[in-house]
Amino acid sequence: MKHLLSIADLSRADIERVMTVAESFAEVVERDIKKVPTLRGRTVVNLFYEASTRTSSSFELAAKRLSADVVAVRSSGSSVDKGESLRDTIATLSAYDPAAIVIRAPWAGAADLVARQTSASVVNAGDGKHEHPSQALLDVYTLRRRMGSLDGASIWIVGDVLHSRVARSNIHAFTRMGAQVTVCGPPTLIPRGVESLGCEVRYDLDDVAVADVVYALRMQNERMGANHSFVPSLREYISNYQIDSRRLNPRQLLMHPGPVNRGVELSAEVIESPQALIVDQVAAGLVVRMAILYELLTGSGRDGTLAGAPTPTVEQPA
Amino acid sequence: MSAARFPRLRLCSRPADPATLLIRGARLLDPRSGVDGPHDLLVRDGVVADLGLPGSIDVPDGAEVVEGDGQVVLPGFVDPHVHLRTPGREDEEDLESGSRAAAAGGFCRILAMPNTDPVVDAAPVLRSLQERASSEAVVPVGFLAAITKGQRGTELTEMVELSREGAAGFSDDGYPVVDAHRLRQALQYQRLAGGVLALHEEDPALSGTGAMHEGAISTVLGLDGIPSISESTMIERDASIARYEDGAIHCLHLSAAESVTAVERARAAGARITAEVTPHHLVLTDEAVTSLDPRFKMNPPLRASSDREALIEGLRSGVIDCVATDHAPHSREEKEAPFEEAPMGVTGLETAFAVLYTDLVLPGILPLALLVERMTAGGGPYGLRAPGLEQGMPADLCLVDLDARWTVGESGYESRSDNSCFAGRELQGRVLMTLAAGSVAYRERGFAIRLADDPGVPARERA
Repeated sequence: MKHLLSIADLSRADIERVMTVAESFAEVVERDIKKVPTLRGRTVVNLFYEASTRTSSSFELAAKRLSADVVAVRSSGSSVDKGESLRDTIATLSAYDPAAIVIRAPWAGAADLVARQTSASVVNAGDGKHEHPSQALLDVYTLRRRMGSLDGASIWIVGDVLHSRVARSNIHAFTRMGAQVTVCGPPTLIPRGVESLGCEVRYDLDDVAVADVVYALRMQNERMGANHSFVPSLREYISNYQIDSRRLNPRQLLMHPGPVNRGVELSAEVIESPQALIVDQVAAGLVVRMAILYELLTGSGRDGTLAGAPTPTVEQPA
Repeated sequence: MSAARFPRLRLCSRPADPATLLIRGARLLDPRSGVDGPHDLLVRDGVVADLGLPGSIDVPDGAEVVEGDGQVVLPGFVDPHVHLRTPGREDEEDLESGSRAAAAGGFCRILAMPNTDPVVDAAPVLRSLQERASSEAVVPVGFLAAITKGQRGTELTEMVELSREGAAGFSDDGYPVVDAHRLRQALQYQRLAGGVLALHEEDPALSGTGAMHEGAISTVLGLDGIPSISESTMIERDASIARYEDGAIHCLHLSAAESVTAVERARAAGARITAEVTPHHLVLTDEAVTSLDPRFKMNPPLRASSDREALIEGLRSGVIDCVATDHAPHSREEKEAPFEEAPMGVTGLETAFAVLYTDLVLPGILPLALLVERMTAGGGPYGLRAPGLEQGMPADLCLVDLDARWTVGESGYESRSDNSCFAGRELQGRVLMTLAAGSVAYRERGFAIRLADDPGVPARERA
């Protein structure tokens, strides 16, 4: 893989290769000295045009754990603020000859544009409502850790599917890994033709008991324009779609990409329940993003020949 | 339609010497007169002076001789829908470059849309454009005026005065006339001012912030969709109003199957309605957007393959009257942006014929004669007579090598902008020369050099 732009581009074997690498990094991050020299002397640029806590911090830490030099550029306070186009910003940053550019932007197609403009590997850290592939990979990783395999698992993705890049990436990733995906939400927040991605559509939670995993999405208020009311009221939405301890049975696992609107899509008690994997997801984010950078930058996976566990603790030539 | 409806449509181009030339042995194809076969064609002083069997016409003194062996002479194409970005964005296109792009595509006349800066919504703006075209344009250009001031949809323009100054018609293209009452008033005023209303059919309440066709692919890409019904419901509404007022409307750039049905039904019910379709909607679908390449972003958007099939069928049956390019130049800095951010629009003048010939005629989907008829019919909705190859008509024609293969963009563009959705594609069918209003408006560079070197070299020996 040269870039990670979308899960739609990946095969099951691609996803499994990242999982295998991530598992080997899990051992590294448990050591006292959590750093490996794999990317020493190489540069990773994190370019974030949108607010982000989890994704930006975990990409930054992942690159540092691999000994890369990390440059973080945020839209506020940078030349982006002064009206520089994304294209010119990429040209500027490319002058540092980065090995990778991690980009988060509010526009679908931003990562694809960057990939056309630079020789660096590009990681899509979220582009508009399109995809958020590293989130999907860390979610698959989290579930494999807990369940062993996703084959045959029933996963319900609940909430604002229309505005969710996480939903789009995760439908692809979960179905590639053999799970049966159901999306559930109010009809105004389910995109037309979503069945063509290979999932089922439900408009109520009546049958959510069949799910092995309930994946709740954040109500994306910031993506709803001033005059775009997608649900009649938040109160009614909560009564129909909130995952609480009545709707969640003890056998089921609960996931959420964060940040959570407490009391909206999830009730406080389920967030803190042992079934909730939300903190596991954040922890998985670190090792999976290390694995993504490793995969893209060491070239071991580019010809698809990577077999078995890699040896990330052995120094790789820069 | 009576001429009174179209009082004084003015076409403007820069002065040029009328051509005198003899095209020998080319295949002449004129779908309206029914001519199709090898002929000699003599243009004298800018007028089709004689047609005859090969070898039957002597070379008049001073005439240029063009060996047309292996080539085809077609009536010049007419594009009723281009954006020349002048005034306001001359960095993207000007009257000279835009009309040269037209000539390079075989077009002998074009009609420009008024969504410029300032908008063509008052007689002085129209007059200044006509003056500029009279010194810059290499093919005759007509200008539409806006229906509403500033294309804001609130106040009617001075339609009578604009008509008197030669506006080709009226359009708020780029924007729909959302207010049904305002559209009704414009149709009422049409009785006095004449001029067809060319309507951009889109209900913004349904299209919203859409960036592409609403369907499975927009869902995968996470892009807001523009549903087909945002176009067809507006056509149905506008056709009803036009019928009620007995006004004439022309539906710009149809994109959806439902729209073809809407036009067909409205016409059957007695509405005076015409319609056009672009080459890109006839050959591409929303599959192309999977690349997230902003060159495939335009409004209306590329739609599903069933829509594309319906558009082809509509063009074949005549429900859709003509082909129009919606040539919409954009600067590189605008188009080199993430898909969601990039502006809508693609260029199209230089590729229109070759794209449709390659993708529709060569595979046997449409006959060449039908394509030529629809590409020359663009002036019809505006009351312009179609170009033809009959004796006594002004020389509006193009010479085309139907076997020549070329790659779009390989030697740049005549247009000032390069946002072609066909860039890099190999096409078949190359316009070698265009005559517009009796003068030579374009010679393909290699063709011109070969003519200069040795006018006697038969066409098929050319590299």
